[in-house]
Amino acid sequence: MAKELIKGNTAVAEAALRAGLEAYFGYPITPQTELLEHLSARMPELGRPFVQAESELGAINMVYGAACTGKRVMTSSSSPGVSLMMEGLSYIAGTEIPAVLVDVVRGGPGLGNIAPAQGDYNQIVHGGGHGDYHMIVLAPASVQEAVDMTGLAFDLAEKYRYIVTILLDGSIGQMMEPAELPPMQPLKTDVPDWAVRGTNGGEKRVLTSINLDPPAQEVMNLRLMKRWQEIEQNEVRYKEYFLDDAEYVVVGFGTAGRIALSAVRAAREKGIKVGLLRPITVAPFPKDILEELTGKVKAFLVVEMNSGMMLEDVRLVVRGRKPVEFFGRMGGVVPFPDEILTEINQLVEGLLTTEGHPRDRWLARLEKTIG
Amino acid sequence: MVLTDTPAKLVYERPEALGTTVTHYCPGCTHGVAHRLVAEVLEEMSEVGNTIGVASVGCSVFAYNYFDFDFVEAAHGRAPAMATGIKRVLPDKTVFTYQGDGDLASIGMGEIVGAASRGELITVVFINNANYGMTGGQMAPTTLPGQKTTSSPTGRDVKRQGYPIQTAELLSTLEGSAYIVRRSLHNSREIRRAKKAIRTAFEVQKKGLGFALVELLSTCPTNWHLTPVEARDWIEERMMPVFPLGDYKISSAVADLKV
Ligand SMILES: Cc1ncc(C[n+]2csc(CCOP(=O)(O)OP(=O)(O)O)c2C)c(N)n1
Ligand code: SF4
Repeated sequence: MAKELIKGNTAVAEAALRAGLEAYFGYPITPQTELLEHLSARMPELGRPFVQAESELGAINMVYGAACTGKRVMTSSSSPGVSLMMEGLSYIAGTEIPAVLVDVVRGGPGLGNIAPAQGDYNQIVHGGGHGDYHMIVLAPASVQEAVDMTGLAFDLAEKYRYIVTILLDGSIGQMMEPAELPPMQPLKTDVPDWAVRGTNGGEKRVLTSINLDPPAQEVMNLRLMKRWQEIEQNEVRYKEYFLDDAEYVVVGFGTAGRIALSAVRAAREKGIKVGLLRPITVAPFPKDILEELTGKVKAFLVVEMNSGMMLEDVRLVVRGRKPVEFFGRMGGVVPFPDEILTEINQLVEGLLTTEGHPRDRWLARLEKTIG
Repeated sequence: MVLTDTPAKLVYERPEALGTTVTHYCPGCTHGVAHRLVAEVLEEMSEVGNTIGVASVGCSVFAYNYFDFDFVEAAHGRAPAMATGIKRVLPDKTVFTYQGDGDLASIGMGEIVGAASRGELITVVFINNANYGMTGGQMAPTTLPGQKTTSSPTGRDVKRQGYPIQTAELLSTLEGSAYIVRRSLHNSREIRRAKKAIRTAFEVQKKGLGFALVELLSTCPTNWHLTPVEARDWIEERMMPVFPLGDYKISSAVADLKV
């Protein structure tokens, strides 16, 4: 299929529809709304349910209900709306049913603003909802990658009976880029064994997340965690750029990773041996490659559009064996490649240390810029 | 007693749609009566194998242990949203929620109003027992003025704690609502009327006429600190003046329906 110039939100919506999305439930919020708007036209055209819910609470629980029937369903939102969905996400995880969420992150906390940000990383990657659960989190860095990951999200959700979140930020959601959309897939016809559908005289099926007996709940927790270990084994995805001979490695996901790539290219032109590791699955986190790099390189620079959230995941792997520095912009401010290049230069020229916390050093530097 | 040889006639048995699970409801609680009515109606409509129930959070959280058909269990208040999701993707199934008054009229007010306003083709069985049963008898949105609960220990003071919400009246104002009635479970006559209403509410769904809800005044002897018999009288004397029984919305299409 030919490439077309298409907005990220619209592209994800169309890709989901073509991947066999059977029902969509959502609530308007910038910078995600085009996704909902596109499906409000396309889903009825194809005779598939589209519901603008009364709230994100409504939307996620409609997804919960529809997902209990084994259909491919999704919702999308942006940060404040995703906060409202946390209850439902925990219930979906606790019921072990597949569902897909798109979070087009904006600046926060609070109502914040509608500019691109990555401040939902901790909420999405390290919980948010209550209880012991994980989500698979995909972090594309371009419209094309977002399109490709949409189909993958449904496949992974169904394979593991897990929630898959596509973590976008406002810029990928809003940006128009050339992208090739996948061909239209037929709707799934198989009904998974666990799905409710009416007994029709057979055994009844009950889907619930309540488990009053702690030992029985623990068995369920264990099952979830074992599946998570399996996901960690099989589903780690990342992109590497110039890593073969790299002495310094920048780590960044999504838009931050993409901007960092420009900086890395500029540094390479100046002869600096720097590469980029761009996690595509931020959960499961690409630990093995980071471990391998820790043994090889001189230092790391983590770049994010938040106050250093993935930074902690990187530090957990590196464990003080190599210096890790951090650069981030917050609140919807998008870093420029120049700023990251400056940081790379500092890494090469500066005094490297494994003492203290990189966030403190970054804040001290940042205060001079934005104070 | 005169023994005759008239053959015994079976007049009462457990509907098959109810399993054999021993009840966990308190003695004198009418949750069980409501369950039975739903089971009888679905059986009479031959809908048991075609039904998906949505349980809510409250004393009836384990409703699915009694009903012998497919069920899901929603988060507190969200059952109408969950039912919406199911019904939209499986429009030929019969989908109903079973919710208490804390669940539906407090934490879930947004979801129930949304579902009713969209005219979702679902049936709602709404148990109004004037308190939060499961958590030990706190004030509910349906708690009567002056009623003592564990969180209104000196009686609900309407100045500080507001007035009871009359759910049936409220939802009847919405165009999407096709059938909204209030019935009671405090005596056999009202139970028969309640059953007829539940039947109608499911027929409304089958015929695609709109959103249907039956509010049922229900006893909670445990938290009302009354005997089961006193609890029945309490419904009649105390609850019914605040929650009058009646038909609050019968759309014209429903009025034409012959049950
Ligand atoms: C989000 C959330 N808040 C609070 C609770 C605690 N809780 C469980 S049941 C309940 C009240 C249920 O009362 P009602 O809906 O009236 O049903 P009843 O038990 O009286 O049948 C509450 C507050 C919960 N489970 N979830
Ligand atoms: S606490 Fe009240 S509502 Fe709950 S089972 Fe007991 S009597 Fe019924």
